[in-house]
Order: sequence, then C-alpha cells, then structure tokens
Amino acid sequence: MTATDVQSQLAGAPAPADAHYKLPDVAGYPDVPFEEKARLFEEITNDLRFSDYLYGCYECGICVAVCPSARFYDFSPRRIAQAAAREDVELIYQQMQEDIWECSQCFSCLRCPRGNNPGGIITIMREVAVNNGLASAKEALAGYSRIIYKIMSTGTQVSPDMLQPDAFPDWGPETGDVSANLDLWRRALPPETMHTTTTGWAVADSTLIELYLIWLHTGALDMISDVDASLHAILTELMEERLEDEGIEI
Amino acid sequence: MTLTAGPDGRSSIPIESLKRKKDHFERGEDRRSLEDPRAELLELEDKGELVVQKIDHEALTLPTKYGRPKRIQKAHLWHHKSCGQCGHIPGYSTSIFWVMRQLGYDYHDPRDQTSCTAWNYYASATSNSAAQAAVAVRNFAAARETGYFPLIHCGTSYGHYKEVREELIRHPELRAEVRRIMGKLGKELVLPEEIVHYSEWFHAMRGEIAAKQVRDFTGIKVTVHPACHYYKLVEGDAIYDPDIYGGQRTAVVTGLAQALGADVRTYSTWFDCCGFGFRHILVQRDFTRSFATLRKIEVMKEEADPDVVLTHDTGCVTTLDKSQFAAKAHDRNVGLAVMSEAQFAALAMGAHPYKVCQLHWHSADYRPLLEKMGIDWEKAWAEFQADLKRLENGEKRYLDWDDVDN
Repeated sequence: MTATDVQSQLAGAPAPADAHYKLPDVAGYPDVPFEEKARLFEEITNDLRFSDYLYGCYECGICVAVCPSARFYDFSPRRIAQAAAREDVELIYQQMQEDIWECSQCFSCLRCPRGNNPGGIITIMREVAVNNGLASAKEALAGYSRIIYKIMSTGTQVSPDMLQPDAFPDWGPETGDVSANLDLWRRALPPETMHTTTTGWAVADSTLIELYLIWLHTGALDMISDVDASLHAILTELMEERLEDEGIEI
Repeated sequence: MTLTAGPDGRSSIPIESLKRKKDHFERGEDRRSLEDPRAELLELEDKGELVVQKIDHEALTLPTKYGRPKRIQKAHLWHHKSCGQCGHIPGYSTSIFWVMRQLGYDYHDPRDQTSCTAWNYYASATSNSAAQAAVAVRNFAAARETGYFPLIHCGTSYGHYKEVREELIRHPELRAEVRRIMGKLGKELVLPEEIVHYSEWFHAMRGEIAAKQVRDFTGIKVTVHPACHYYKLVEGDAIYDPDIYGGQRTAVVTGLAQALGADVRTYSTWFDCCGFGFRHILVQRDFTRSFATLRKIEVMKEEADPDVVLTHDTGCVTTLDKSQFAAKAHDRNVGLAVMSEAQFAALAMGAHPYKVCQLHWHSADYRPLLEKMGIDWEKAWAEFQADLKRLENGEKRYLDWDDVDN
C-alpha cells in the first residue's frame, strides 16, 4: 500500500461511527492523532514482506488453536491478521501497544489455511514499534539491553558468562556450578573455537568489522536510538572507534 | 460512513465498505513457500544476480515435505555454529563435531562466522530485513571462500536463513540492497544450493551412525520434540519420509532414534512449541516455564513415560531442560532428561558423557538415563575430574580431541 492509497482510504472512509472499525476511545490512545496511527500502519504495509504475509482471513481460528501465547495471554494471532486485513488503523495501533510483544515467534500460526503469516506481520509491527520508539517497545526491551549490546558488539548472542545464578535462579543449582567453574569447563571443551567465556565462540576481528559495517549501512543500529538512547550511543561509539582504527570511514 | 441497507431494507451490514475491502484482498499468486528455491537460485545466478555455492562432494538425497528431493553433502562441511549451543549447551556442538570425526568426514570450524542474529531479531525486532539478509549472506560468502559447504547447527538460524532466501528470491530491491552492502565488504551475494540443518545430516547418516553403535539402546523410551523453526518456517525444505509417521511429521530426530533401536513414543502435544519465545526465555520466563511444563514435559510423562526427550534445536533443549527445576518446587510431574539427538547419537557411538556430551551443563537429571544405557556416570565423572586436574595443574592449557578419544 502506498502513501496515496492510505490517504485516499482516509479521505473516503471509516468515519469513527463505522461499526467495523475500533473507535478511538474503545481502542484506547485517543490522544494519539489518527493520522499518526495511519502513518505507522503505512510503515507496516510498506514493508516489502507484508504482501507475502497477508492474504485475508477465513476466521477459522486455527492460528489461535496452535498459538502458545494464546494459551497464556489475552492474545490472538487471528485478531492481528484480521485487523491488518480490515486496515483497522485504531486496532492495529492498540495491538502495537498491547499485544505484539506477547507473541512467541514460533510461527506455529503458519498453519493458516489461507497462507497468512500472523507471526511475520507481528515481526514487522514490532520493527515499526521499535523504529518509532513506541512505549510498548521501550517496556518490552527494558532489561534486554545487554542482549542487544552482546549481539551487536560481539556477533554472538548468549555467552557462557551470562549463566549467573542470580540471573537464572529458576534454572537450578547447575547454573551456579557452571558459573563457578566457567573458565575451567570452557578450557575442557575440545573444539578450539569454544574456549571463550564472553562469547559463544571465537569470532575473528575482521568478521566483527564486517558485522559493524552491516549494522551501520542498513540502519539497524539507528533503529534503537529512540527505544534506548544510551545503548545506541555506546554502540555507535564502539563501532565507529573500531572502524576508525581500521581506517574505515562511514 | 453510514450503514447501508440491504435488499430487505433492514440490514445494517455496510455492504459498500465490505465490497471495497474484499476488492483489496482478492487473492493473487500463492506465495507461501517457493516450490523449488534451488531452481530459482540457479536462474538468478544465470542472470548474474547472485552466486550459488554448489554441492561439490558426495551427497545423499532425501525427500522433503512436498516431495522435492534435497541433497545433503556428506563431508567437507563448514559448521555454522549456534550461539545458544556453544554458549550454554556446549556438549551439543561438541557432539556434532565428534560424530562427524568418528565417521571420518572432514569439516571446518570457522572463526569467520557470526551468529545469524535471529534470536535477537525474533526477541527484540532491533534489526530489519536488509540487515538480517546481509548477516546471512556474509556468513554464506565466508563459507564459500573456504570451499566448505555450510551446515547450520541452529534450528532458528536454519529457519531464518530460509526466510531470507525467500525474501531475496522474491524481492529484487532487497537483492540490490544486499549487493550494495556486500560490495562494501568486498563480497558477493552468495547463497548455498541447499540450506541444510545438522539434523538433516544426522538423519541422512543414520545408517552409518547406527553401524558404529556400541551401546544398546533397546528399551530406551524416547519422545521427540520437533523444532518449530525447523519445520514450520518455510516448511517445504524440511525432511519428511513416508515410512516415518506416514509422512505426516518431520522424519528427522525420530528416524535417527529408531535407527539406534530406541523405543520412540508419541504424545498428543507434539505440534506445540516448547515455550522458548525468544524474548520470553530471557526476560519473561514465567510463560516459558509454564508452557514447557504444562504442555510438553507433563504431557510427555503422562502419555508416553519416556526416559529422555530428544530435540534438534538450541532453544528447545534449553527451554525443556531448564524449565523443570522451578516446576519441581510446585510438585509438578517433571524430571525428564533432555538432550539433542546429536548427543544421543554420540552416546550410542560410545562418546564420553562429560568430555564429549558435556551433560554437566544440563539441569534436568540425566543420570537415570545414563544408567539405563549402561553408563557408569560416577566413573565417567571421576575421569572428567581427573582431566580437569590436569588443566588446573598446568599440565595442559586445553583439552583437545585426543584427550576425548583416548
């Protein structure tokens, strides 16, 4: 959908009285202008993957039946697909603020007989929420900064030294054993690449430089500037310094 | 907009509005999953759009979900490691390497490899399609530079890379963007002829693995958790076999366990995910623990009474293994060993439970399983401790493959 499409839809359509669209006071967030919500929706539909992920909805509920998050939360992949199909801008905004972070991203919902990918739509909605610094994204990513720092700066996500008993008390006493013996146990691993404690394996310096270039050239690093400004500043400085050492200019 | 009256003059259905919406969603071409991505890649290569790394060593051919034959290269493989396996379940990766060594197939364990970064992407969405595709292609280009063919350890990496491949095939603008970024790295847009998960290699090689079996697994009761990102994401690539579950579930893991003589048992919630959730396992584990316990472990125990649950992905092993401790405090019906089928196969072939399979990194109690396999775990632990002493004494800095095999 193009900007013109959205504008023409907005011009001809859903007045607040339309029974098939959420009213702002029902959807919540009446203080956010409809135009802003429509802009975010347009950002979602402009993603190149969107047309691969949504074909309509039979309302059969198979996606809900197989969804793990639907069993534990007030969450429904069917509502996500239907809101996107109906272009219900108010409801989509509500879902971006209240629902999307409950999705498990397991993609069981790909069982959809219509060929929809509700999990994929949610991935895009999350990206838009992050890109625009929505409150739900800030809340969902609070406490997650160190993971983003780790993956963006080292090229591996979870590291052996993350296994701290105070961070994972529910994982049992074995986590404490790993933590207490970490260096020794890592040195006992036969693969040479796995003697590391701060990364899952040893990543070459030249590889890291290439990864930093990817984050910078694709705008992926800048995506977090609104949701976590301090993390963004730290990572930007780290990457730019490293690239400068290599004589690479962005 | 006012509501429109129907033919009876009484309906309040907004017919014009619905017609407009229906027009917008007229169904076009079904683009759920490409029928033959390999053919599409080769066509794009002919047009000079990308480079395809070909299978250039002996390969075995396996059937996929919709029948497309998929070739699995046996040797000379570039091991695309997994963050979670290497970081938290190192016996998983070590067992994959060990089995390959025991069968005499050469491989490359690269440092020129990053994570696929998909765990973070599915958890936090702090990336975009161009960055995700560039990370994938950078790794594939690095593999091609070595001449070794990529073998993906992680189910999520495998699933995500298949998504990336579909996006690159479908969207020329994404290919152009990735080529632009790769140009800055001095690399080309490279994709392999087939995207292969390690569990497909184990499935293909199950006959050779079983031929080297030294421990009798008759009577070992197994349940299998098939990994969502293996067979639900871009489902057409997953291996299915008419002789295993009648072709109605993926054949990997189960086929290997059966080849090793184990008693594979089914349970009703086999299709459910494990509860990993990507962000949930890290910052919202109440969901993960509940789902893993209530929908997987307890159901397996009640319906199948297994000795071990086997799975083939990083997140699934972590979730099913780590979620049981807290549930025990609530007197839930838990207490089930969890491991990858790679570790299971290694044990069958005589691997050391600590030096190779690294079971001391696991949380759920695996010792009753080892006893049933005829393994004296106390003796094995003492042997491992003796090796650790050598490291502590400074006799050696690291254990290596010679220490493990002898």
